Formats: sequence, C-alpha cells, structure tokens
Amino acid sequence: MTGVRVSMTVNGVEYTRDVEPRTLLVYFLREHLGLTGTHVGCDTSTCGACTVLMDGKAVKSCTVLAVQAEGARITTVEGLARDGELHPIQQAFWDEHGLQCGFCTPGMMLAAVDLLQRNPNPTEDEIRHALEGNLCRCTGYQHIVNAVKAASRIMGAAVGAPAGGE
Amino acid sequence: MIPATFEYVRARSVREAISLLQQHGGRAKLLAGGHSLLPLMKLRLSQPEMLIDLGPVDELRGIREEGGSLVIGALTTHDEVANSPLVRERVPLLAECASQIGDVQVRNRGTIGGNLAHADPAADYPAAALALEAQLECEGPAGSRTVPASQWFVDLLTTALGPDEVLCRVRVPVQTKGQGWSYIKLPHPASGYSLLGVACLVTVDGGVCRDARVAVTGAGPKAVRLTKVEQALVGKRLEEATVAEAARLASDGLEASDDLYASAEYKRHLAVVYTKRALLRAAERAAG
Repeated sequence: MTGVRVSMTVNGVEYTRDVEPRTLLVYFLREHLGLTGTHVGCDTSTCGACTVLMDGKAVKSCTVLAVQAEGARITTVEGLARDGELHPIQQAFWDEHGLQCGFCTPGMMLAAVDLLQRNPNPTEDEIRHALEGNLCRCTGYQHIVNAVKAASRIMGAAVGAPAGGE
Repeated sequence: MIPATFEYVRARSVREAISLLQQHGGRAKLLAGGHSLLPLMKLRLSQPEMLIDLGPVDELRGIREEGGSLVIGALTTHDEVANSPLVRERVPLLAECASQIGDVQVRNRGTIGGNLAHADPAADYPAAALALEAQLECEGPAGSRTVPASQWFVDLLTTALGPDEVLCRVRVPVQTKGQGWSYIKLPHPASGYSLLGVACLVTVDGGVCRDARVAVTGAGPKAVRLTKVEQALVGKRLEEATVAEAARLASDGLEASDDLYASAEYKRHLAVVYTKRALLRAAERAAG
C-alpha cells in the first residue's frame, strides 16, 4: 500500500507524514504523532470522545481521514494550555469538578471551545444543545454544564465583556 | 474500526473529478465530508477501491441567490446552511432542517451534496428537498443536467446520479410570504438520524390553504411526499381538526420497515403524529 503525503499543523506545530489513505485522523494524532489526549470511544461518530478542532471547528476525528486534513489547523486537548497555564475551559472543568473518570473530557472541552467561540455567553439550554454530540457516562452532565458556564464567565472577564449571567 | 484499504486521490476541479470517475468506473466513489460514507466503509458495508476527494474543489462551496432561488454548493456544510443569514431568511425550512442534523461536530463536516447523493433512508435533508421542490444540478462527461428532487431519490441509498456524474449544486426556490414551514423529527437517541422526520411547506392565502407539500423521511427505503395528506389540505382552513384529519392519511400506503429500534407499525404511527405537529407549526407560521 503506497502512502500518501499529508501535512497539517497540530497545536501550532507543522507535521508532514506519509500515511495509508485509510488512516483516521484520530489514529494519526495518537499513533503517528503520539498525542494520546484525543480518545477513541465509540468509533462511530456518536460519543464525541475523539473531538478535535479542525480549522477552529469541532469535528469527530474518528470520522475524518488524516488525508482530508491536508493543510488544516488541528487543535487537540494538548494544545489548549499556553505557557504552562490552563485554558479557561480546563480551569473551569477543574474548578467545577466537570469530570469523574475523564475519558470524555478532552472531547467535551473542545466541543465547549467551539461553542464559546460562536456564543461567548451561552444559556444552559444552549450549552446542553451544543454538547449533544458528546457522551459522558459518569457525571450526569450537570457539572460539565456548570464548567462551561464558568468558562464563559472567565473568558468574558478576560476580554472585559460583561460576565455571563446565570 | 478502520476501513478496508483503498486508493486515494484528490480532485482539484469538477472536471478532474469527472475524468477520474470515467477512468475508474464503478470502482471509485466521491468523498465530500465523509460523514455518510466513512461510517459505512468502517463497517465494510461499502468498500470502494478508490476515493476521489472533492475537498479541494472550492467551486463546490458557497451559497448565493440567483433568480428566485438559492444556489447551494454541494460541499456546503450543514452548519453553514443552518447558520447562513441568507438561508435563514430566504429558505428557513432548509435552515431548520440543517440545524437538526446529527450534532454540532457532524454538522461541521457533513455536506448537503454528500447527504443528498448518499440518500440515507433516515437522513433529514431529503424530506426538506422534496417539500421545497429543490433541483439538483449534476455535471458529467456529457455536460450538466438538473434533476428535480421528486425524481432524485430512487431507492435505498440510490439516486438518479449517474456513475460518472458529480452532484455540484442544489437549487432551492426561496420561500414566499404567506408560506408556513416546519421540519420536525424524532432523532434516534444514539445516531441522531431520524426515526421519523416530517418537512412541510404550506401556502395560505385569505386564511385558506392553496398549496401543501409534506414529505416524510425515516420510515421506509427513501423519503417520500405524502400526497394524500397534501390533497386533503388544499382549499381548507388549517384548523386543528382539519389538520388532524389530514394527518391521519400520513400512514395510508406509507412504506415502512422494521429495524432494531422501531417497528414499521410504530413508524407509521409516528408519521401521523409528526405530520400533525409539523403542519400545525407551519400553519401557525403562515398566519404570521
């Protein structure tokens, strides 16, 4: 099987690799680049554990071929923190106890980042709707929703916008 | 799960995609967002020997208004359709439908052309395309042709698209004043596909329904118009009793199939319930 050359920027670093065309983006990230923060859950584009940002938008990396990400900008959970400082969504998940086992957490946080980019001050309803594609089997979601609300407040405060209301 | 091996080639233009299809015949399949095709390939339900990736073909993107219609490029994602100010204003039925497909991540990748060319029996867009009487513009070796949605869906996962043709654009007539619309669905709790979905577009003038288009997806092998329901509405005021009576015809002759989650009988029941709800919402919107 001949490889196909693919280049993409992952968490700000450019990578070029030869891959089998059938390589899924999630396995490219985990096995070719060693970025194991992106999880494989259901493998059927249902659970959202493999969510990453592709050109700024949340996608399920188990249903994207690595070769389709040619030239794309990918952000995984490893790319959220900056200079040793947690991203507001990570801080909020910590503060609000938005996880138990942690398996769904990377995908949850990246789906939440997509939401907060579009809608910096979402209502509880909007948060729940935006996380429809992410399943958590531990928490019952309440603390995750609280964490996204908290992150919207932190991020709102950071840019001097009015804090998100309850 | 990983698909079986295949050759992969990127098309740079529609022309190039057509010539690749001609060269490789039935061995090749076109790849857009991949959100219908890749899941089937992982399950080995589809095993093309070659994928022709349309991803780089920018001429297949974008939404523009032209001669009373919106022209939507085949690679336009569900998210772009759902959130386009132009679609929300001109064809709100299509935006309402797109916003209910899958989840955010699926809408960020899945495309209108891929969805309609794949023709999954439980996909949402087919119902909206039928109700809106959309036109599907294809290009092939012999040039371009336009297929009305009513002739597009042939059978399970089968459309009127030729083996060496590319679905390039979807032309959707803009909705007019006095039209009410809705798309509602019962999503499968895991997949997000429609157990049953109903799209409707009613034209009301002087309080009376002049035209009704109702289409259902999810019940059988392909989405269909519910002509008996439509005929029962024309010339009537869309009051609850009238709508309920017409909606009862939704299950009349409706082809429905059993699956692991729902029986054919249950889907026929859902068709009646969802047709009534969809029509009542459309009637309310038509009344302004």
